[in-house]
Amino acid sequence: MNSTILQISSRYLNIILLIASVFALIRGHNQPGGGFIGGLLASLSVIFNSLAYSPEEILKKLRIKPIQHIALGLILVLLSIIPSLLAHKPVMHGIWIKGSSAFLQSVKIGTPLLFDIGVFFTVIGVTLLFFFSLLIKK
Amino acid sequence: MLYILLIYLGLSFAIFLIPEKFKKYTAFIIAILQLSVFAYFFRFFPKISNGEKISLVKDWIPDLNLNFSFLLDGLSFLFVLLVTFIGFLVFLYAKAYMKGYSGTSRFYFYLTLFSGAMLGLVLSENMIQLFVFWELTSVLSFLLISFFNEKIASRKAAFQSLFVTGFGGLSLLAGLILLGSITDSYSITDWIQNSAIIKTDSKYLPALILILLGVFTKSAQFPFHFWLPGAMQAPTPVSSYLHSATMVKAGIFLLFRLNPVLGGTTEWTYIIPVIGVITMLTGSYLSITQKDLKAVLAYTTISALGVLVLLIGIDTKISIKAAFIFLFVHAFYKAALFMLAGFIDKKTGTRDIDSLGGLIFVMPIGFIVGSVALFSMAGIPPMLGFIGKELIYEAKVQSPGMGFLVLILGVASNIFMVIISLVLMSKAFFGQTKSNIKQLGLNEGLFLVGPIVLAMLSVGFGVFPDLLSNYIEPALQIVTGDSMQIKLKIGHGFNEVFFLSLFTVLSGIIVFYLLNKYPNLLYNWRSFNSKVFSIDFADLFSYGIASFNRFSENNTKLIQHGYHRYYILTIILFTTVLLWFQVYITRGWQSDMELTLRPLYITGLIAIIIISALYCAFAKSRLATIIAMGVTGYGISFIYLYYSAVDLAITQIIVETLTVVLFVLVLQKLPKFAILSRLRSRMRDAVIALAFGSVMTILALKAIDLEFNRPISDYYIENSYLKAYGKNVVNVILVDFRALDTLGEVTVLTIASLGVFVLLKSKKEKR
Amino acid sequence: MEILLAILTGLLFAVGVYLILRRSIIKFIIGIIFLSNATNLLVFLSAGLVSGKPVFVPGGEIAMQADPLPQALVLTAIVIGFGIVVFTIALKYKFFKTTGTDDLDQLQQTDK
Repeated sequence: MNSTILQISSRYLNIILLIASVFALIRGHNQPGGGFIGGLLASLSVIFNSLAYSPEEILKKLRIKPIQHIALGLILVLLSIIPSLLAHKPVMHGIWIKGSSAFLQSVKIGTPLLFDIGVFFTVIGVTLLFFFSLLIKK
Repeated sequence: MLYILLIYLGLSFAIFLIPEKFKKYTAFIIAILQLSVFAYFFRFFPKISNGEKISLVKDWIPDLNLNFSFLLDGLSFLFVLLVTFIGFLVFLYAKAYMKGYSGTSRFYFYLTLFSGAMLGLVLSENMIQLFVFWELTSVLSFLLISFFNEKIASRKAAFQSLFVTGFGGLSLLAGLILLGSITDSYSITDWIQNSAIIKTDSKYLPALILILLGVFTKSAQFPFHFWLPGAMQAPTPVSSYLHSATMVKAGIFLLFRLNPVLGGTTEWTYIIPVIGVITMLTGSYLSITQKDLKAVLAYTTISALGVLVLLIGIDTKISIKAAFIFLFVHAFYKAALFMLAGFIDKKTGTRDIDSLGGLIFVMPIGFIVGSVALFSMAGIPPMLGFIGKELIYEAKVQSPGMGFLVLILGVASNIFMVIISLVLMSKAFFGQTKSNIKQLGLNEGLFLVGPIVLAMLSVGFGVFPDLLSNYIEPALQIVTGDSMQIKLKIGHGFNEVFFLSLFTVLSGIIVFYLLNKYPNLLYNWRSFNSKVFSIDFADLFSYGIASFNRFSENNTKLIQHGYHRYYILTIILFTTVLLWFQVYITRGWQSDMELTLRPLYITGLIAIIIISALYCAFAKSRLATIIAMGVTGYGISFIYLYYSAVDLAITQIIVETLTVVLFVLVLQKLPKFAILSRLRSRMRDAVIALAFGSVMTILALKAIDLEFNRPISDYYIENSYLKAYGKNVVNVILVDFRALDTLGEVTVLTIASLGVFVLLKSKKEKR
Repeated sequence: MEILLAILTGLLFAVGVYLILRRSIIKFIIGIIFLSNATNLLVFLSAGLVSGKPVFVPGGEIAMQADPLPQALVLTAIVIGFGIVVFTIALKYKFFKTTGTDDLDQLQQTDK
């Protein structure tokens, strides 16, 4: 599949999709979105790219390989559990950073966000691993 | 007491660490252990004879009421002495016997564990703990019987014993649990205290029968007796230990133990003696028809076990007393006889009693020892066996109920015992030497240590029976519940019991004389017997097992046919039938919903979904099918969107996109559609699918109709922003309230992706 | 409308069952997808249908809003279902590569 239209459009779409995915991830706590949707969007952008070029090429270009995405995601998920243990709360009890600054008032930062980011990366890794395993020939 | 058991456990494993050089001393080391444990427990004798009980409770899982709980009282004391003392002699004997076999470390490992398990069994206060040790002895005796595992007979016998005793073990467990549910405790002390409650409970009879099944299988009672003669495939030291002090005596021990709990009822005094009498007679009668030395001894053991069970079942003071004496009598002579049998086997290379003879010159000491043991078995004075038999007769004379019948059968059984004793003695020791005698060198002494000691005990206690009564009194008190002085003496004067004894011995001698004079008689007897009693329980057992195997094999073939589709078909069919059945049961139900078509665009959407779904089912082109599938998916996502589930809709759209893309890409590598099934099977599947779909429609209607309050969801909505600082409640549930579920989901996805990765990667490497 | 949706759910189940009873690999996989969609829809319906009231804070009276819990469940189920489908594709693809046929009736023995 070597279509010039696809290749050129994928460059722009790629950026838009990636930004959209991060956007969906971060705003997911208050608006529709979240780790799952964000992760799926991000992997869509990669898949779209591989359709325009070829899966092998794109896999080579990826700086973080799918399995490493999964590992990163799972590590973040586990990290999000640790604060609740340290605080002697039930496992996965949400711990939030509290402050009075304007930034912290508008964006709440806490372990659930970390957890969601972990889910985000895991979903990217899982989807891409599915995709590349099925499509890359020997 | 726990530590002693731990020593057994530790030492048994340490056997494998003994360096090659010192391997030959292994048996000595364990023998010394047995002797020191014997000595350790012996120190408690003064306390025990005062009627004290020594108990020890170690917490294990206190929350579940599971503790290690041990009890040393008169009864367990007696058995501990037997197990350790005979264990000591058996290990000495094993040292001589096992020379030249390979795998001796394994053998000693099993045997040490075995005696440890037996000790644990008799010391247990908690009945579940007792059960664990009980099963341990079953498993270990399986390993010991199959020690010569290259022989098919050994394996078969071991399997039989495991199967029979394992079955009994399970039923024992069930019985114990029943008793435990009555008293809400598994402590034997509690059970004894609540004995009256237990006996009147409706669960008493089932519990009794289940426990008795356990006891009867373990103690080789009719009709489960067949595993015991098979067990002679074990090395002779094991047989000696198994028959005299352990394994089969575990059942006897349990009967003693539970006598204060369950005994004294009509059921107890009828079921147990009947089985005991049958076993007693069968065992002694069949022993005469055997040719193999060890088989003869095995059948006499069965008979002796029958006697013990009978005596405990009669359940009078005198019968319990007789049981205890006979326990010792039997342990002493049977261990000695098995050891001798092994010795003769080694010396002559055969155990066939017809090819033995003239051993009196070959092994004079063996002859003396053997005669003592055989006299004890026959119950001839001044051996301990005589006292035992006198007491048994006395018990039977006084036994309530079926006393007279029991007495006659008992005399008959004892006559058989006298005959077999005399037959063994004459066949083995007198007459002409028929076989080559091997010299065994220094070991010969070691072979005879055990039998000599045991024979001396038989004579010694026979002459001074009062020595023995000191040990029996405390045990008797435990079992019968009140103390009693025992006077044991040789000869009870010229009463009916004495005449019965005399009659027994004389008729035994007469029959033996006849057998000797007309040798053909014995052979005719054997062949007659094999014709009349042609049912071999062991063969019957094997046949039963084999047909059971065939049955399950055929069943498996029927159910596990290998056709993927029919597995699914079966599952769906059953589910459908069950669901329709449920619909039928609740048939009064009516939905109060009305069929509306507003808003119209949703109706249109649903129509599109339905059309594309149907197209999917029957389409012939692959690409069109996949596009139709995509349409269905997107349509559903719009339904989600309309009904207030924004996140769901977005997720569904993206997932559908990914699925379609993947499908289209993989499709190139797969073959074209082919209609593989015939029209008839397609029709059948369509009918099943419609039946399933329609019942699911009803299910969905009911689900929508269901009115329920939703405190959980409301809690989530109320607290989403207050506690989790999130306005999107669905997302807050996913990442905060129910984050553990999401963690699980992420894990599942990871595993699935790794699975796909590995599945498709391994292929690359192969090619 | 609810009745129509219930009928739709039942139909999706029926199509799914019919398809997984086929011998062809691809039809089998599509059948799985249909079953998973149908189940999701069933769970979603069971919460009761509320149109145009997505659950966001502040969203007015609680009892009038859609039930968020089944939505969270179904969201999880959709993604898991995707995982299952891809795994099935991989499995059947491998089966096809190994045996050279897409007839599931050839899949009788465990090992050959």
